[in-house]
Amino acid sequence: MYTQGLDQAGRDAAGAAGEETAEQLDAFQARIDAEEKIEAKDWMPEAYRRTLVRQISQHAHSEIIGMQPEGNWLTRAPTLKRKAILLAKVQDEAGHGLYLYSAAETLGVSRDQMVADLLSGKAKYSSIFNYPTLTWADIGAIGWLVDGAAIMNQIPLCRCSYGPYARAMIRICKEESFHQRQGFEIMLTLCGGTDEQKAMAQDALNRFWWPSLMMFGPNDAASKHSAQSMKWKIKRFSNDELRQKFIDVTVAQAEFLGLTIPDDGLRLDEESGHYEHSDIDWEEFFEVIAGNGPCNRQRMAKRRKAHDDGAWVREAARAYAEKKAAKAA
Amino acid sequence: MTDRSILTAYATRLGDNALVLGQRMIEFVAASPELEEELANANFALDYIGQARMFYTCAGESEGKGRSEDDFAFLRPEHEYRNLLLVEQPHSHFGDAIVRQFLFDAFYAHQLDALAHCADEGLAEIAARAVKEVRYHLRHSSQWLVRLGDGTAESHERVQRSLDDLWRFTGEMFDEDELDTAMRKDHNGPCLVFIEAEWRDTVSRVIDEATLSLPEDGWMASGGKQGRHSEHMGFLLAELQYLQRTYPGASW
Repeated sequence: MYTQGLDQAGRDAAGAAGEETAEQLDAFQARIDAEEKIEAKDWMPEAYRRTLVRQISQHAHSEIIGMQPEGNWLTRAPTLKRKAILLAKVQDEAGHGLYLYSAAETLGVSRDQMVADLLSGKAKYSSIFNYPTLTWADIGAIGWLVDGAAIMNQIPLCRCSYGPYARAMIRICKEESFHQRQGFEIMLTLCGGTDEQKAMAQDALNRFWWPSLMMFGPNDAASKHSAQSMKWKIKRFSNDELRQKFIDVTVAQAEFLGLTIPDDGLRLDEESGHYEHSDIDWEEFFEVIAGNGPCNRQRMAKRRKAHDDGAWVREAARAYAEKKAAKAA
Repeated sequence: MTDRSILTAYATRLGDNALVLGQRMIEFVAASPELEEELANANFALDYIGQARMFYTCAGESEGKGRSEDDFAFLRPEHEYRNLLLVEQPHSHFGDAIVRQFLFDAFYAHQLDALAHCADEGLAEIAARAVKEVRYHLRHSSQWLVRLGDGTAESHERVQRSLDDLWRFTGEMFDEDELDTAMRKDHNGPCLVFIEAEWRDTVSRVIDEATLSLPEDGWMASGGKQGRHSEHMGFLLAELQYLQRTYPGASW
């Protein structure tokens, strides 16, 4: 069972796959097909619940780990305005993590359990956050490309069949689109700046382009969860469809910035109106997912350290709350 | 000192306190003990950065030489920074950060309160706005101090040590220098004698509730208000000013 452990001891037995009848499954699928929202207390197949817990918790973990590459430039942001904007953005990410953990909790898994799974390495987060932010332009590139890719993925999730997730995503998407514009604006400023700044912007695009395309996940043929998620309307578009949409939109933006997409094979197919691109290096993607990206160890070490360093604080808060409760009783 | 130079220097000092504390708090981003605290910390740091921007803009306007908020933040050498030594002190753990913030906010809230009634309209407006934020920060840091002080034996011991270590930086807040006097007399600015009494009241009440011991007033460090900082300050500014110093004149 995924991210369940002791939290769900009672429910596991009742909801075990073997006890789900064909009638129940058909009735559930009929609700999905009728575009009804599934709510926390509604009956749902165990596999649907597990898929959502996996997806929502991965998304939450990505928000939390994603604070690190951007946090890397907070103390060094070039102006007070940029510092404030970046700080607000990183704070939004912590907030997204919080809503998403809450949305996942409606499926009967505790935040503590999800965090434990992240720290043990059992749960994953988005591969993109294992790349380093080496210059200020990377902050622009992350906003423009990474948040841009995230929005492509997330807008359809606002119509996800699971109500609490869909509602969380509506709020998150509004903030993400703001972040994306802020990132683009950083790039625009750099591209209108000195030669060194333009070079910095191009270098950031060179390094973040391919990892951003990988954010949509493996090709459709290789995506192991996609078909069932589409049937359940957790997912509305395939990985490749979303990736194509992202490329089509982003190429024009790069042209506007005066930057070159680092792909010699990129060309517009006049007939389809879509851009063709070179093959993605899936070996790199799977290596990063397996823990061998440039920053996997660093990100996890920092997360674990924060958790461990905070243990005495959480313990103190608990002890104090217990003392207060005992006094009040 | 002329009226304008008093206001410029005073607003700069306020901006420096806010910026330096904000910069220290930013170091806690993605390192807080709990997700809710992550949000609170970033939110408060954002308040301080916002206040620094307002105070520097005000300083630049009263100076009248066209200096922007960023000129104040990024292009001054260390000795021109006039923040309290307290706010530049590094933290080795969450308890240090809470105590640093608590001791400062208990002072700063009263300082802003008084400043909201000063004769300079611009500064008074900023202070009236900032004090609402700082009162909230003070409530937050007070609550944490109580939780940590009256939590476990370990947390009590840790936070008592933080308090003992940082106490020697509190005296400087109430040392009235020439600028404080000029601000008080010529602009109806804060009176540090009154503020110290209010500060002691707040601090001893919370420390008592936290079951901690009020440190004794021994030797007090000072110099921040005159631009003589601790060894930590140079590193803080090196990070803060890195891009502006590496690429002079670039727009960001």
